[in-house]
Amino acid sequence: MKFNVPATNNPIDRMSVVGRAQDRIDGPLKTTGLAPYAYEHREAANPAYGYVIGAAIAKGSFRWLNLDAVRAAPGVISVVTAEDAGTLGKGQFNTVKLLGGPEVDHYHQAIAIVVAETFEQARAAAAMARVDYDRAQGRFDLDRALKAAPIVGNGGQPATVGDFGAAFAAAPVKIDAEYTTPDQTHAMMEPFASIAAWQGDELTIWTSNQMIDWGRGDLARTLGMPKEKIRFLSPYIGGGFGGKLFLRTDAVLAALGARAAARPVKVALPRPFIANNSTHRPATRQRIRIGATPDGTITAIAHESGSGDQPGGGPETATGQTELLYAGANRLTALRLAVLDLPEGNAMRAPGEAPGMMALEVAMDEMAEKLGMDPVAFRIKNDTQVDPARPERRFSQRQLVRCFSEGAEQFGWSRRNAVPGKVRDGRWLVGMGVAAAFRNHINRTSGARVHLDPDGLVTVETDMTDIGTGSYTIIAQTVAEMMGVPIASVKVKLGSSAFPVAAGSGGQWGAANATAGVYAACVKLREAVLQSLGFDASDALFEDGHVRSGNRSTELRKAAAAGRLTAEDRIEFGELAEKWQISTFGAHFVEVGVDAYTGATRIRRMLAVCAAGRIINPKSARSQVIGAMTMGVGGALMEELAVDRRFGFFVNHDLASYEVPVHADIPHQDVVFLEEADDKANPMKAKGVGELGLCGVAAAIANAIYNATGVRVRDYPITLDKHLNQLPPLT
Amino acid sequence: MRAFTYERATDPVAAARAVAQRPGARYIAGGTNLLDLMKLEVETPTHLVDVQDLGFTRIERTPQGGLRIGALVTNTDLAADDHVRRDYAVLSRAILAGASGQLRNKATTGGNLLQRTRCPYFYDTNMACNKRRPGSGCAAIGGYSRQLGVVGVSTSCIATFPGDMAVALRVLDAMVETIDAHGQTRSIPIAGFHRLWEDKPQQDTVLAPGELITAVTLPPPLGGQHFYEKVRDRASYAFALVSVAAVIQPDGTGRVAFGGVAPKPWRVEAAEALLPQGADAVTRQAFEGATPTKDNDFKLPLATRALAYVIAQAKA
Repeated sequence: MKFNVPATNNPIDRMSVVGRAQDRIDGPLKTTGLAPYAYEHREAANPAYGYVIGAAIAKGSFRWLNLDAVRAAPGVISVVTAEDAGTLGKGQFNTVKLLGGPEVDHYHQAIAIVVAETFEQARAAAAMARVDYDRAQGRFDLDRALKAAPIVGNGGQPATVGDFGAAFAAAPVKIDAEYTTPDQTHAMMEPFASIAAWQGDELTIWTSNQMIDWGRGDLARTLGMPKEKIRFLSPYIGGGFGGKLFLRTDAVLAALGARAAARPVKVALPRPFIANNSTHRPATRQRIRIGATPDGTITAIAHESGSGDQPGGGPETATGQTELLYAGANRLTALRLAVLDLPEGNAMRAPGEAPGMMALEVAMDEMAEKLGMDPVAFRIKNDTQVDPARPERRFSQRQLVRCFSEGAEQFGWSRRNAVPGKVRDGRWLVGMGVAAAFRNHINRTSGARVHLDPDGLVTVETDMTDIGTGSYTIIAQTVAEMMGVPIASVKVKLGSSAFPVAAGSGGQWGAANATAGVYAACVKLREAVLQSLGFDASDALFEDGHVRSGNRSTELRKAAAAGRLTAEDRIEFGELAEKWQISTFGAHFVEVGVDAYTGATRIRRMLAVCAAGRIINPKSARSQVIGAMTMGVGGALMEELAVDRRFGFFVNHDLASYEVPVHADIPHQDVVFLEEADDKANPMKAKGVGELGLCGVAAAIANAIYNATGVRVRDYPITLDKHLNQLPPLT
Repeated sequence: MRAFTYERATDPVAAARAVAQRPGARYIAGGTNLLDLMKLEVETPTHLVDVQDLGFTRIERTPQGGLRIGALVTNTDLAADDHVRRDYAVLSRAILAGASGQLRNKATTGGNLLQRTRCPYFYDTNMACNKRRPGSGCAAIGGYSRQLGVVGVSTSCIATFPGDMAVALRVLDAMVETIDAHGQTRSIPIAGFHRLWEDKPQQDTVLAPGELITAVTLPPPLGGQHFYEKVRDRASYAFALVSVAAVIQPDGTGRVAFGGVAPKPWRVEAAEALLPQGADAVTRQAFEGATPTKDNDFKLPLATRALAYVIAQAKA
């Protein structure tokens, strides 16, 4: 199905299942432990256990000193190093190769896998390995590396609209501020894990991966084998946050280990290995300049960001939102990219947007204060319904102003004291903050196959993944709505390369695109049903397990009386997204308390108001948003991979030292979804919320902290040490 | 993790003998710290002597009017004990400020005293660490040191003792009771139980090889108001940046010890004598000669401000 004109009325508009709060259909499997995660599949008989050895240096080369002893250790079946593995390719989504040697590209880069009869034997043998490292000078200091870093993209020049320099110079009111965001790790609950099993030249891999087709393709590229020979399975995923968008060490080394051992091999990366072995969200150094007239009209806005990555890597695209979020005739954005020898930087939930909004939405707060305007009013005044660089391009839907006004009303924003540092509740300095949420919608081709069986069961198959987001449930809702059957009559099968390629989970594109693909397949199945039943296609209704037209009503299952009916299709997108800017919006409101004595910040309450197209399942969408808000609390208050600039690694590489919020940090969260149906997006008229919920949260918290204390911290995370000495005097 | 042998002791002296006679042998009780360290090969014991059947699970009144707490009393049970909550509230509050419910259910009184530092360089076996591998150097010095010590540290090691319970025991002047391989018992004042690192950071305490903790005794109750103020980046399940254990009397005098700042619970009696003069006076003396790093120099004003809160609460 080609989607190239705005959606008109369709069966989803009934909203009898879609749009209603629905419990997760996979909930019982999850809560009873019956949903198998990557390390738990039992189909591969008699598996051996692989343990990965990681490089102990960040840059240089090495030689093995006692591999023979490791190979001879109790229980060891095989050891695979880069030399043993032979020529390996590199995945198109990988910057750095996943098995290093003799060169080392970063700390904890895998340099071997030890396969043994038991996990304990593999681990003990791996610990015996002695390696002679030749340490080389590495580039580990982002600030130093950025001094000579070039602008990337746009021909090495800043992207501009109008004349930013002149307009900023002439602006009567302006700010020019610098912000920093740290490296962050995904810290998903399920570690990277895979089981690999070979049958002849065919490989089956059970893994934990957000994008089946990308992973399968990159595994084939890495191993130098045809993609069709790989079965790539990831039915349940214990969180990914972008860390599992790509093929990683566990899958490659499980495959290599299994080949060498002639046995199925299980591999899980231990927690202390993950921060440095896998990808992370890169740190940024950002500068924002805003100029405005005294009435608060933005006349000039510039956002520049620098980040670092391995050679051949990419920048953290922190300036993207600034190009579209607010009006202003004169604009400038630029991304600088330094080369670093820290582990590979890559996507983490709302890549670019999350750190970019952490800076932009604080700058907006600072500017509002300078103008003497309320931060909500300042943002509303600079709303735009068009792409500022191409005013002929309108937003398909943009309810940002309503998000702010309804949010302000519900949150009690009018009770905020605009003078910072004035509200006290016992030991707490209390403040309120606000920020916009903004994340673009991305169209991706997405396929599905649906079957109708003689017993009336509808089975849907797609390689879409469920990373804890609720894909199983929203796909079931889509099928139920389209085919007029109860949810209980829908079986959803996901996460297998045997199924049609779907959008996958990432970039908040999963829900809308994957269900649109299922919609397309269901349209075809409906046609097949009507043909089988001899119905006129134009006015048939699918409802209550029946097909109805005029006075005629027939049970749906009878269409498959002669045997299973199958239909397959995919949604493909035309140029609507060129003609229209399709985005999601929201407003985050936060109240914090900052301990007047210790400077520690605790969240008191949070509200997100989101406008993101049709919400397919308000229950799981709310879960997405409150989870994202929680992640925003982490980003604002505690999450930071500490870089050791001497040895070139992230020091706090476990969950005791890399802190993420715990329950006690999150007292009260509210989420409101504004009514919206975006007919330019897809037939579901839906977009996504998974990243929207994160964008802006940390800035709202930062702004609330400022409102509480009167101390502006522009360096995330806002830990107590950064404002302790500037807090109001103790009374 | 290295392969190890295991025995389950039924007699304290036999247990002490088993550990004393065998190089590389270690006790295990709750295992909440040791097992993690074994998985990382930070600890590589060859033999474990499991003491959990030795019975030291009672909390009893002493003839002097104090309490005797068996070494195997869990943190959960100790924090919940009625006498402790009434007469030694600082101890109950300190325990509940640490770890998680699950860990406190397993962790024991003796084991809590023996938990090892959380310095990230101690935890990464690729890094030099005099505590983990004597003589290899200290990667933490000049490295990421936000959590590490500001006072009482040495040029060999800047790690802290990470616990909460011991900080409370320090203001209560607890005694640590032990037995050795010869059946010899002794009582060690908590003040002298944990060592300063000096040039021997591999040794956390003054316990001799094989010496087994059997109990912790508390003197008669001090009265006064009890506080445990723990400051950390998140609200729960995190080690202290700085903690303050204090017992403040109605006249403004009292006792105070700090956690998260030194190789041991940090109490300077001459400093706490200045409590009536306010927090500044106390910490100026308590942290005299401190050697913070750029990453952790905030701990000094933080300690002052946390103590100021305690003093303000005591007056309120």
